[in-house]
Amino acid sequence: MKPPRFAYCAPQTLPELLEILSEAGDEAVVLAGGQSLLPMLNLRLAAPSHVIDLDRVPGLDRIDGANGCVEVGAMVTHRRMETDPVVAASAPLARCAAGFVGYRAIRNRGTVGGSVAHADPAAEWPIVLLALDGAVDLASVRGWRSVAAEDFFESVYTTAKRPDEVVTSLSFGSRFAHSWGFSEFQRRVGDFATVAVAVACVMESGEVAEARVAIAGVADRPVRCPEAEAALVAGSRSAASDAAAAARDSIEPISDIHGSSSFRKRLIYAETQRAALQALRANGAGADDG
Amino acid sequence: MAELSVSVNGELTAAQVDPRTLLSDYLRDHLGLTGTHVGCEHGYCGACTVLVDGASVRSCLTLAVQADGRSVDTVESLASNGELHPIQQAFKECHGLQCGFCTPGLLMSVLELAATNPGCGRDEIREHLSGNVCRCTGYHHIVDAVEAALNSVREQGDGS
Ligand SMILES: Cc1cc2nc3c(=O)[nH]c(=O)nc-3n(C[C@H](O)[C@H](O)[C@H](O)COP(=O)(O)OP(=O)(O)OC[C@H]3O[C@@H](n4cnc5c(N)ncnc54)[C@H](O)[C@@H]3O)c2cc1C
Ligand code: FES
Ligand code: FES
Repeated sequence: MKPPRFAYCAPQTLPELLEILSEAGDEAVVLAGGQSLLPMLNLRLAAPSHVIDLDRVPGLDRIDGANGCVEVGAMVTHRRMETDPVVAASAPLARCAAGFVGYRAIRNRGTVGGSVAHADPAAEWPIVLLALDGAVDLASVRGWRSVAAEDFFESVYTTAKRPDEVVTSLSFGSRFAHSWGFSEFQRRVGDFATVAVAVACVMESGEVAEARVAIAGVADRPVRCPEAEAALVAGSRSAASDAAAAARDSIEPISDIHGSSSFRKRLIYAETQRAALQALRANGAGADDG
Repeated sequence: MAELSVSVNGELTAAQVDPRTLLSDYLRDHLGLTGTHVGCEHGYCGACTVLVDGASVRSCLTLAVQADGRSVDTVESLASNGELHPIQQAFKECHGLQCGFCTPGLLMSVLELAATNPGCGRDEIREHLSGNVCRCTGYHHIVDAVEAALNSVREQGDGS
Protein backbone atom coordinates (compact mmCIF):
# COMPACT_ATOMS: atom_id res chain seq x y z
CA MET A 1 0.00 0.00 0.00
CA LYS A 2 0.96 3.66 -0.09
CA PRO A 3 1.31 6.21 2.71
CA PRO A 4 -1.75 8.30 3.62
CA ARG A 5 -1.61 12.08 3.00
CA PHE A 6 0.45 14.22 5.36
CA ALA A 7 2.03 17.65 5.42
CA TYR A 8 5.82 17.54 5.07
CA CYS A 9 8.48 19.95 6.25
CA ALA A 10 12.24 19.85 6.57
CA PRO A 11 13.42 22.41 9.16
CA GLN A 12 16.95 23.76 8.69
CA THR A 13 17.93 24.36 12.34
CA LEU A 14 17.35 22.71 15.70
CA PRO A 15 15.42 25.70 17.19
CA GLU A 16 13.17 25.73 14.12
CA LEU A 17 12.58 21.97 14.50
CA LEU A 18 11.73 22.30 18.22
CA GLU A 19 9.36 25.19 17.52
CA ILE A 20 7.52 23.16 14.85
CA LEU A 21 7.33 20.13 17.16
CA SER A 22 5.88 22.16 20.02
CA GLU A 23 3.19 23.62 17.78
CA ALA A 24 2.39 20.54 15.71
CA GLY A 25 0.84 18.54 18.55
CA ASP A 26 0.51 14.79 19.08
CA GLU A 27 -0.39 13.96 15.48
CA ALA A 28 3.01 14.99 14.12
CA VAL A 29 5.97 12.62 13.78
CA VAL A 30 9.60 13.20 12.98
CA LEU A 31 11.24 11.30 10.14
CA ALA A 32 14.78 10.00 10.58
CA GLY A 33 15.86 7.08 8.37
CA GLY A 34 12.27 6.06 7.73
CA GLN A 35 13.05 2.34 8.12
CA SER A 36 10.35 1.88 10.74
CA LEU A 37 8.12 4.86 9.96
CA LEU A 38 7.77 4.16 6.23
CA PRO A 39 6.62 0.56 6.72
CA MET A 40 4.05 1.87 9.21
CA LEU A 41 2.90 4.52 6.72
CA ASN A 42 2.80 2.05 3.83
CA LEU A 43 0.77 -0.39 5.91
CA ARG A 44 -1.34 2.53 7.16
CA LEU A 45 -0.60 1.69 10.76
CA ALA A 46 0.32 5.35 11.17
CA ALA A 47 -1.52 8.40 9.81
CA PRO A 48 0.36 11.47 11.06
CA SER A 49 -0.84 14.99 10.30
CA HIS A 50 2.74 16.22 9.78
CA VAL A 51 5.99 14.47 8.91
CA ILE A 52 8.95 16.54 10.05
CA ASP A 53 12.17 15.48 8.33
CA LEU A 54 15.30 15.64 10.53
CA ASP A 55 17.68 15.27 7.58
CA ARG A 56 18.46 18.98 7.14
CA VAL A 57 18.95 19.77 10.82
CA PRO A 58 22.70 20.25 11.30
CA GLY A 59 24.64 18.65 14.16
CA LEU A 60 22.55 15.51 14.59
CA ASP A 61 25.03 13.21 12.85
CA ARG A 62 28.18 13.80 14.94
CA ILE A 63 30.17 11.06 16.64
CA ASP A 64 32.23 12.48 19.53
CA GLY A 65 34.60 10.49 21.67
CA ALA A 66 36.15 12.02 24.82
CA ASN A 67 37.55 10.33 27.96
CA GLY A 68 36.52 6.97 26.56
CA CYS A 69 32.82 7.99 26.40
CA VAL A 70 31.08 8.22 23.06
CA GLU A 71 28.27 10.55 22.14
CA VAL A 72 26.47 9.55 18.98
CA GLY A 73 24.11 11.93 17.20
CA ALA A 74 20.56 10.65 16.71
CA MET A 75 20.89 10.71 12.89
CA VAL A 76 23.99 8.50 12.79
CA THR A 77 23.11 5.42 10.73
CA HIS A 78 23.53 1.81 11.82
CA ARG A 79 26.06 1.44 9.00
CA ARG A 80 28.22 4.28 10.31
CA MET A 81 28.20 2.65 13.76
CA GLU A 82 29.52 -0.49 12.07
CA THR A 83 32.40 1.31 10.37
CA ASP A 84 33.34 4.35 12.50
CA PRO A 85 36.82 4.12 14.13
CA VAL A 86 35.83 6.12 17.25
CA VAL A 87 32.95 3.72 17.93
CA ALA A 88 35.21 0.71 17.29
CA ALA A 89 37.78 2.01 19.80
CA SER A 90 35.50 3.34 22.55
CA ALA A 91 32.32 1.27 22.28
CA PRO A 92 33.26 -1.99 20.53
CA LEU A 93 30.02 -3.59 21.76
CA ALA A 94 28.10 -0.99 19.77
CA ARG A 95 30.14 -1.69 16.65
CA CYS A 96 29.47 -5.40 16.97
CA ALA A 97 25.72 -4.99 17.58
CA ALA A 98 25.36 -2.62 14.61
CA GLY A 99 26.14 -5.47 12.23
CA PHE A 100 23.07 -7.38 13.48
CA VAL A 101 20.59 -4.60 12.66
CA GLY A 102 18.59 -5.47 9.54
CA TYR A 103 20.11 -5.84 6.09
CA ARG A 104 22.73 -3.60 4.54
CA ALA A 105 20.15 -1.38 2.80
CA ILE A 106 18.31 -0.94 6.12
CA ARG A 107 21.56 -0.14 7.95
CA ASN A 108 22.50 2.41 5.29
CA ARG A 109 19.44 4.50 6.16
CA GLY A 110 18.16 3.56 9.62
CA THR A 111 19.45 5.61 12.55
CA VAL A 112 20.32 4.98 16.19
CA GLY A 113 18.00 7.78 17.36
CA GLY A 114 15.14 6.34 15.32
CA SER A 115 15.71 2.90 16.78
CA VAL A 116 15.56 4.01 20.42
CA ALA A 117 12.62 6.36 19.76
CA HIS A 118 10.76 3.54 18.02
CA ALA A 119 11.60 1.17 20.93
CA ASP A 120 10.97 -2.18 19.31
CA PRO A 121 11.43 -4.71 22.14
CA ALA A 122 13.57 -6.92 19.86
CA ALA A 123 15.90 -4.11 18.70
CA GLU A 124 19.65 -4.13 19.34
CA TRP A 125 20.35 -0.50 20.30
CA PRO A 126 18.25 -0.46 23.47
CA ILE A 127 20.14 -3.42 24.99
CA VAL A 128 23.49 -1.94 23.99
CA LEU A 129 22.51 1.26 25.81
CA LEU A 130 21.38 -0.71 28.86
CA ALA A 131 24.55 -2.80 28.95
CA LEU A 132 26.85 0.23 28.68
CA ASP A 133 24.94 2.32 31.24
CA GLY A 134 24.07 4.73 28.46
CA ALA A 135 21.60 7.57 28.24
CA VAL A 136 19.26 9.17 25.72
CA ASP A 137 19.58 12.94 25.27
CA LEU A 138 16.38 14.82 24.46
CA ALA A 139 15.59 18.39 23.43
CA SER A 140 12.39 20.42 23.26
CA VAL A 141 11.45 24.10 23.47
CA ARG A 142 11.35 23.51 27.22
CA GLY A 143 15.06 22.66 27.31
CA TRP A 144 17.39 19.66 27.36
CA ARG A 145 17.38 16.55 29.48
CA SER A 146 19.16 13.25 29.58
CA VAL A 147 17.29 10.07 30.51
CA ALA A 148 19.18 6.97 31.67
CA ALA A 149 18.56 3.97 29.40
CA GLU A 150 17.15 2.19 32.43
CA ASP A 151 14.28 4.73 32.65
CA PHE A 152 13.77 5.37 28.93
CA PHE A 153 12.13 2.21 27.61
CA GLU A 154 8.62 1.81 29.02
CA SER A 155 6.76 -0.67 26.85
CA VAL A 156 6.27 -1.77 23.23
CA TYR A 157 6.99 1.29 21.04
CA THR A 158 6.64 3.45 24.16
CA THR A 159 9.38 5.51 25.82
CA ALA A 160 9.85 8.38 28.28
CA LYS A 161 10.15 10.75 25.30
CA ARG A 162 7.33 13.31 25.22
CA PRO A 163 5.63 14.16 21.92
CA ASP A 164 7.32 17.58 21.66
CA GLU A 165 10.77 16.14 22.32
CA VAL A 166 13.35 14.97 19.84
CA VAL A 167 16.20 12.54 20.52
CA THR A 168 19.40 14.47 19.82
CA SER A 169 22.01 11.89 20.79
CA LEU A 170 22.84 8.71 22.65
CA SER A 171 25.68 8.62 25.19
CA PHE A 172 27.61 5.45 25.83
CA GLY A 173 29.57 5.44 29.09
CA SER A 174 33.15 4.18 29.34
CA ARG A 175 33.09 2.04 32.53
CA PHE A 176 31.53 -1.00 30.88
CA ALA A 177 33.08 -0.50 27.46
CA HIS A 178 35.94 -2.96 27.38
CA SER A 179 34.70 -6.33 28.66
CA TRP A 180 31.71 -7.11 26.56
CA GLY A 181 29.91 -9.83 24.68
CA PHE A 182 26.99 -9.91 22.27
CA SER A 183 25.02 -12.83 20.89
CA GLU A 184 21.70 -13.14 19.14
CA PHE A 185 19.49 -15.69 17.45
CA GLN A 186 17.93 -14.53 14.19
CA ARG A 187 16.01 -16.74 11.79
CA ARG A 188 17.83 -15.27 8.81
CA VAL A 189 20.84 -12.93 8.81
CA GLY A 190 19.46 -9.42 9.28
CA ASP A 191 16.04 -10.37 10.62
CA PHE A 192 14.93 -8.97 13.95
CA ALA A 193 16.36 -10.97 16.86
CA THR A 194 14.22 -13.69 18.40
CA VAL A 195 16.42 -13.23 21.47
CA ALA A 196 19.51 -11.00 21.73
CA VAL A 197 21.80 -10.59 24.73
CA ALA A 198 24.40 -7.92 25.50
CA VAL A 199 26.80 -8.44 28.42
CA ALA A 200 29.25 -5.89 29.77
CA CYS A 201 31.48 -6.03 32.83
CA VAL A 202 33.66 -3.73 34.88
CA MET A 203 36.82 -5.69 35.73
CA GLU A 204 38.99 -5.05 38.79
CA SER A 205 42.21 -7.04 39.11
CA GLY A 206 40.92 -9.80 36.90
CA GLU A 207 37.58 -10.16 38.73
CA VAL A 208 34.13 -9.02 37.65
CA ALA A 209 33.33 -6.04 39.90
CA GLU A 210 30.07 -5.10 38.20
CA ALA A 211 28.09 -6.65 35.38
CA ARG A 212 25.24 -5.79 33.04
CA VAL A 213 23.15 -8.38 31.23
CA ALA A 214 20.56 -6.84 28.90
CA ILE A 215 18.14 -8.94 26.87
CA ALA A 216 15.93 -8.13 23.87
CA GLY A 217 13.02 -10.09 22.43
CA VAL A 218 11.68 -11.53 25.68
CA ALA A 219 9.29 -8.90 27.08
CA ASP A 220 7.40 -5.75 26.09
CA ARG A 221 10.68 -3.85 26.42
CA PRO A 222 14.39 -4.54 26.69
CA VAL A 223 15.18 -5.88 30.16
CA ARG A 224 18.18 -6.19 32.44
CA CYS A 225 18.57 -9.38 34.39
CA PRO A 226 19.92 -8.68 37.91
CA GLU A 227 20.07 -12.43 38.73
CA ALA A 228 22.42 -13.09 35.80
CA GLU A 229 24.47 -10.01 36.68
CA ALA A 230 24.89 -11.29 40.25
CA ALA A 231 26.06 -14.68 38.93
CA LEU A 232 28.77 -12.98 36.88
CA VAL A 233 29.93 -10.95 39.88
CA ALA A 234 29.91 -14.10 42.08
CA GLY A 235 32.55 -15.29 39.63
CA SER A 236 32.51 -19.08 40.00
CA ARG A 237 34.50 -21.09 37.46
CA SER A 238 31.23 -21.68 35.62
CA ALA A 239 30.07 -18.05 35.86
CA ALA A 240 28.83 -17.86 32.26
CA SER A 241 26.66 -20.97 32.65
CA ASP A 242 25.46 -19.75 36.07
CA ALA A 243 24.45 -16.43 34.52
CA ALA A 244 22.73 -18.21 31.63
CA ALA A 245 20.75 -20.45 34.02
CA ALA A 246 19.84 -17.46 36.21
CA ALA A 247 18.55 -15.55 33.19
CA ARG A 248 16.57 -18.52 31.92
CA ASP A 249 15.03 -19.22 35.34
CA SER A 250 14.16 -15.62 36.26
CA ILE A 251 12.60 -14.45 32.97
CA GLU A 252 9.16 -15.54 31.75
CA PRO A 253 9.52 -14.72 28.04
CA ILE A 254 6.73 -13.83 25.64
CA SER A 255 5.36 -16.24 23.03
CA ASP A 256 4.70 -15.15 19.45
CA ILE A 257 4.90 -16.46 15.90
CA HIS A 258 8.70 -16.29 16.01
CA GLY A 259 9.04 -18.51 19.07
CA SER A 260 7.17 -19.98 22.01
CA SER A 261 8.02 -19.01 25.56
CA SER A 262 9.80 -22.32 26.21
CA PHE A 263 11.87 -21.99 23.00
CA ARG A 264 12.83 -18.47 24.05
CA LYS A 265 13.92 -19.78 27.46
CA ARG A 266 16.39 -22.08 25.69
CA LEU A 267 17.56 -19.17 23.57
CA ILE A 268 18.00 -16.99 26.65
CA TYR A 269 20.27 -19.66 28.10
CA ALA A 270 22.30 -20.15 24.92
CA GLU A 271 22.72 -16.50 23.99
CA THR A 272 23.46 -15.36 27.56
CA GLN A 273 26.09 -18.07 27.92
CA ARG A 274 27.75 -17.12 24.63
CA ALA A 275 27.73 -13.39 25.34
CA ALA A 276 29.00 -13.91 28.90
CA LEU A 277 31.81 -16.21 27.76
CA GLN A 278 32.86 -13.63 25.20
CA ALA A 279 32.86 -10.89 27.85
CA LEU A 280 34.85 -12.98 30.34
CA ARG A 281 37.31 -14.33 27.78
CA ALA A 282 38.21 -10.81 26.77
CA ASN A 283 39.84 -10.67 30.22
CA GLY A 284 40.99 -14.24 30.63
CA ALA A 285 38.54 -14.80 33.50
CA GLY A 286 36.08 -17.68 33.73
CA ALA A 287 37.46 -19.29 30.59
CA ASP A 288 36.86 -22.88 31.73
CA ASP A 289 33.20 -22.60 31.11
CA GLY A 290 30.99 -23.71 28.28
CA MET B 1 3.21 19.52 -3.25
CA ALA B 2 6.95 19.56 -2.77
CA GLU B 3 9.75 20.57 -5.11
CA LEU B 4 12.16 17.83 -5.96
CA SER B 5 15.38 17.80 -7.89
CA VAL B 6 17.31 14.58 -8.03
CA SER B 7 19.92 13.14 -10.31
CA VAL B 8 18.82 9.76 -11.65
CA ASN B 9 21.36 7.64 -13.52
CA GLY B 10 23.42 10.77 -14.08
CA GLU B 11 20.59 12.94 -15.43
CA LEU B 12 19.03 15.74 -13.44
CA THR B 13 15.28 15.34 -12.97
CA ALA B 14 12.98 17.90 -11.38
CA ALA B 15 9.34 17.56 -10.40
CA GLN B 16 6.56 18.65 -8.10
CA VAL B 17 5.45 15.66 -6.06
CA ASP B 18 3.00 14.89 -3.31
CA PRO B 19 5.29 14.45 -0.27
CA ARG B 20 3.91 10.97 0.34
CA THR B 21 5.28 9.76 -3.03
CA LEU B 22 7.68 6.87 -2.51
CA LEU B 23 11.01 6.96 -4.34
CA SER B 24 10.02 3.66 -5.99
CA ASP B 25 6.86 5.26 -7.39
CA TYR B 26 8.74 8.38 -8.46
CA LEU B 27 11.14 6.21 -10.45
CA ARG B 28 8.48 3.96 -11.93
CA ASP B 29 5.47 6.23 -12.43
CA HIS B 30 6.99 9.68 -12.88
CA LEU B 31 10.15 8.73 -14.77
CA GLY B 32 8.98 5.49 -16.40
CA LEU B 33 11.99 3.61 -15.04
CA THR B 34 10.14 0.37 -14.41
CA GLY B 35 13.30 -1.69 -13.97
CA THR B 36 13.03 -1.06 -10.23
CA HIS B 37 10.52 -3.65 -9.04
CA VAL B 38 8.11 -3.38 -6.13
CA GLY B 39 7.21 -6.47 -4.14
CA CYS B 40 6.34 -6.08 -0.49
CA GLU B 41 6.51 -2.32 0.13
CA HIS B 42 7.69 -2.80 3.66
CA GLY B 43 11.38 -3.39 3.36
CA TYR B 44 11.65 -7.17 3.35
CA CYS B 45 11.95 -8.44 -0.23
CA GLY B 46 14.67 -6.12 -1.58
CA ALA B 47 13.25 -6.03 -5.14
CA CYS B 48 13.10 -2.21 -4.99
CA THR B 49 16.77 -1.73 -3.97
CA VAL B 50 18.50 1.22 -5.67
CA LEU B 51 21.65 3.18 -4.81
CA VAL B 52 21.39 6.67 -3.28
CA ASP B 53 24.77 8.43 -3.25
CA GLY B 54 26.33 5.01 -3.85
CA ALA B 55 24.68 3.21 -0.89
CA SER B 56 21.91 0.65 -1.28
CA VAL B 57 18.49 1.70 0.00
CA ARG B 58 14.95 0.39 -0.19
CA SER B 59 13.23 2.75 -2.60
CA CYS B 60 9.88 1.64 -1.10
CA LEU B 61 11.03 2.90 2.33
CA THR B 62 12.34 6.21 1.04
CA LEU B 63 10.18 9.21 0.25
CA ALA B 64 11.04 10.82 -3.06
CA VAL B 65 11.58 14.10 -1.17
CA GLN B 66 14.28 12.37 0.91
CA ALA B 67 16.28 11.94 -2.30
CA ASP B 68 16.11 15.66 -3.05
CA GLY B 69 19.57 16.95 -3.99
CA ARG B 70 21.01 13.44 -4.11
CA SER B 71 22.06 11.06 -6.80
CA VAL B 72 20.12 7.85 -7.49
CA ASP B 73 21.27 4.87 -9.55
CA THR B 74 18.82 2.25 -10.78
CA VAL B 75 19.26 -0.99 -12.69
CA GLU B 76 18.84 1.02 -15.92
CA SER B 77 22.28 2.55 -15.27
CA LEU B 78 24.09 -0.78 -15.63
CA ALA B 79 24.10 -1.71 -19.30
CA SER B 80 25.65 0.74 -21.72
CA ASN B 81 25.58 0.84 -25.52
CA GLY B 82 23.77 -2.48 -25.63
CA GLU B 83 26.53 -4.17 -23.60
CA LEU B 84 25.59 -5.85 -20.34
CA HIS B 85 27.41 -4.76 -17.19
CA PRO B 86 29.85 -7.49 -15.99
CA ILE B 87 27.52 -8.21 -13.06
CA GLN B 88 24.57 -8.68 -15.44
CA GLN B 89 26.71 -10.82 -17.71
CA ALA B 90 27.64 -13.06 -14.78
CA PHE B 91 23.98 -13.45 -13.76
CA LYS B 92 23.17 -14.42 -17.35
CA GLU B 93 26.01 -16.93 -17.64
CA CYS B 94 25.52 -18.53 -14.22
CA HIS B 95 21.71 -18.74 -14.44
CA GLY B 96 21.40 -16.28 -11.57
CA LEU B 97 17.81 -15.53 -12.54
CA GLN B 98 14.64 -17.23 -13.70
CA CYS B 99 11.59 -14.97 -13.66
CA GLY B 100 13.78 -11.94 -13.00
CA PHE B 101 11.53 -10.21 -10.50
CA CYS B 102 14.18 -10.05 -7.79
CA THR B 103 17.04 -9.39 -10.19
CA PRO B 104 17.11 -5.56 -10.37
CA GLY B 105 17.36 -5.30 -6.58
CA LEU B 106 19.99 -8.03 -6.44
CA LEU B 107 22.09 -6.40 -9.14
CA MET B 108 22.10 -3.08 -7.30
CA SER B 109 23.02 -4.78 -4.01
CA VAL B 110 25.86 -6.57 -5.77
CA LEU B 111 27.02 -3.30 -7.34
CA GLU B 112 27.41 -1.92 -3.80
CA LEU B 113 29.25 -5.08 -2.71
CA ALA B 114 31.62 -4.83 -5.70
CA ALA B 115 32.40 -1.23 -4.73
CA THR B 116 32.88 -1.82 -1.00
CA ASN B 117 34.09 -5.41 -0.54
CA PRO B 118 35.05 -6.98 -3.90
CA GLY B 119 37.38 -9.50 -2.22
CA CYS B 120 34.66 -11.21 -0.19
CA GLY B 121 33.88 -14.94 -0.21
CA ARG B 122 30.65 -16.94 -0.50
CA ASP B 123 29.62 -16.54 3.14
CA GLU B 124 29.92 -12.78 3.00
CA ILE B 125 28.10 -12.75 -0.34
CA ARG B 126 25.20 -14.65 1.25
CA GLU B 127 25.21 -12.31 4.21
CA HIS B 128 25.23 -9.22 2.03
CA LEU B 129 22.30 -10.55 0.00
CA SER B 130 20.25 -11.82 2.96
CA GLY B 131 17.80 -8.94 2.42
CA ASN B 132 17.09 -9.89 -1.21
CA VAL B 133 14.44 -12.57 -1.52
CA CYS B 134 14.31 -14.79 -4.62
CA ARG B 135 11.44 -17.24 -5.02
CA CYS B 136 12.83 -19.02 -8.10
CA THR B 137 16.51 -19.87 -8.07
CA GLY B 138 17.20 -21.36 -4.66
CA TYR B 139 20.09 -18.86 -4.40
CA HIS B 140 22.98 -21.20 -5.34
CA HIS B 141 23.19 -19.85 -8.88
CA ILE B 142 22.92 -16.31 -7.57
CA VAL B 143 25.91 -16.82 -5.28
CA ASP B 144 27.80 -18.42 -8.21
CA ALA B 145 26.94 -15.40 -10.33
CA VAL B 146 28.08 -12.95 -7.69
CA GLU B 147 31.36 -14.83 -7.20
CA ALA B 148 31.96 -14.70 -10.96
CA ALA B 149 30.94 -11.04 -11.09
CA LEU B 150 33.31 -10.07 -8.28
CA ASN B 151 36.10 -11.98 -10.03
CA SER B 152 35.59 -10.05 -13.24
CA VAL B 153 35.29 -6.76 -11.35
CA ARG B 154 38.59 -7.55 -9.57
CA GLU B 155 40.26 -8.45 -12.86
CA GLN B 156 39.13 -5.18 -14.38
CA GLY B 157 40.44 -3.38 -11.30
CA ASP B 158 43.84 -5.10 -11.63
CA GLY B 159 44.01 -4.26 -15.31
CA SER B 160 43.58 -0.52 -14.84
C1 LIG C 1 13.30 -5.14 6.82
C2 LIG C 1 13.69 -4.48 8.09
C3 LIG C 1 14.48 -5.17 9.03
C4 LIG C 1 14.83 -4.55 10.21
N1 LIG C 1 15.60 -5.25 11.10
C5 LIG C 1 15.95 -4.67 12.27
C6 LIG C 1 16.73 -5.38 13.23
O1 LIG C 1 17.13 -6.53 13.02
N2 LIG C 1 17.03 -4.74 14.40
C7 LIG C 1 16.61 -3.46 14.65
O2 LIG C 1 16.91 -2.93 15.72
N3 LIG C 1 15.89 -2.77 13.76
C8 LIG C 1 15.55 -3.35 12.58
N4 LIG C 1 14.80 -2.62 11.68
C9 LIG C 1 14.36 -1.25 12.04
C10 LIG C 1 15.46 -0.26 11.75
O3 LIG C 1 16.54 -0.45 12.63
C11 LIG C 1 15.02 1.20 11.86
O4 LIG C 1 16.06 1.91 11.26
C12 LIG C 1 14.86 1.78 13.23
O5 LIG C 1 14.03 1.01 14.05
C13 LIG C 1 14.24 3.17 13.14
O6 LIG C 1 15.18 4.11 12.77
P1 LIG C 1 14.89 5.13 11.59
O7 LIG C 1 16.00 6.10 11.60
O8 LIG C 1 14.65 4.40 10.35
O9 LIG C 1 13.58 5.87 12.16
P2 LIG C 1 12.21 6.26 11.46
O10 LIG C 1 11.61 5.10 10.79
O11 LIG C 1 12.40 7.49 10.67
O12 LIG C 1 11.38 6.63 12.77
C14 LIG C 1 10.89 5.62 13.64
C15 LIG C 1 10.09 6.27 14.78
O13 LIG C 1 10.96 6.99 15.65
C16 LIG C 1 10.66 8.38 15.65
N5 LIG C 1 11.95 9.07 15.62
C17 LIG C 1 12.95 8.85 14.73
N6 LIG C 1 14.03 9.61 15.03
C18 LIG C 1 13.69 10.33 16.13
C19 LIG C 1 14.39 11.31 16.90
N7 LIG C 1 15.64 11.66 16.63
N8 LIG C 1 13.73 11.87 17.94
C20 LIG C 1 12.47 11.50 18.23
N9 LIG C 1 11.76 10.58 17.55
C21 LIG C 1 12.36 10.01 16.49
C22 LIG C 1 9.80 8.61 14.44
O14 LIG C 1 8.91 9.68 14.63
C23 LIG C 1 9.08 7.29 14.30
O15 LIG C 1 7.99 7.25 15.16
C24 LIG C 1 14.43 -3.21 10.48
C25 LIG C 1 13.65 -2.53 9.56
C26 LIG C 1 13.28 -3.14 8.37
C27 LIG C 1 12.44 -2.40 7.39
S1 FES D 1 9.33 -3.59 -2.32
FE1 FES D 1 10.84 -2.57 -1.19
S2 FES D 1 11.69 -4.14 -0.02
FE2 FES D 1 10.03 -5.15 -0.97
S1 FES E 1 14.34 -15.06 -10.32
FE1 FES E 1 12.26 -15.15 -9.80
S2 FES E 1 12.24 -14.22 -7.85
FE2 FES E 1 14.34 -14.40 -8.24
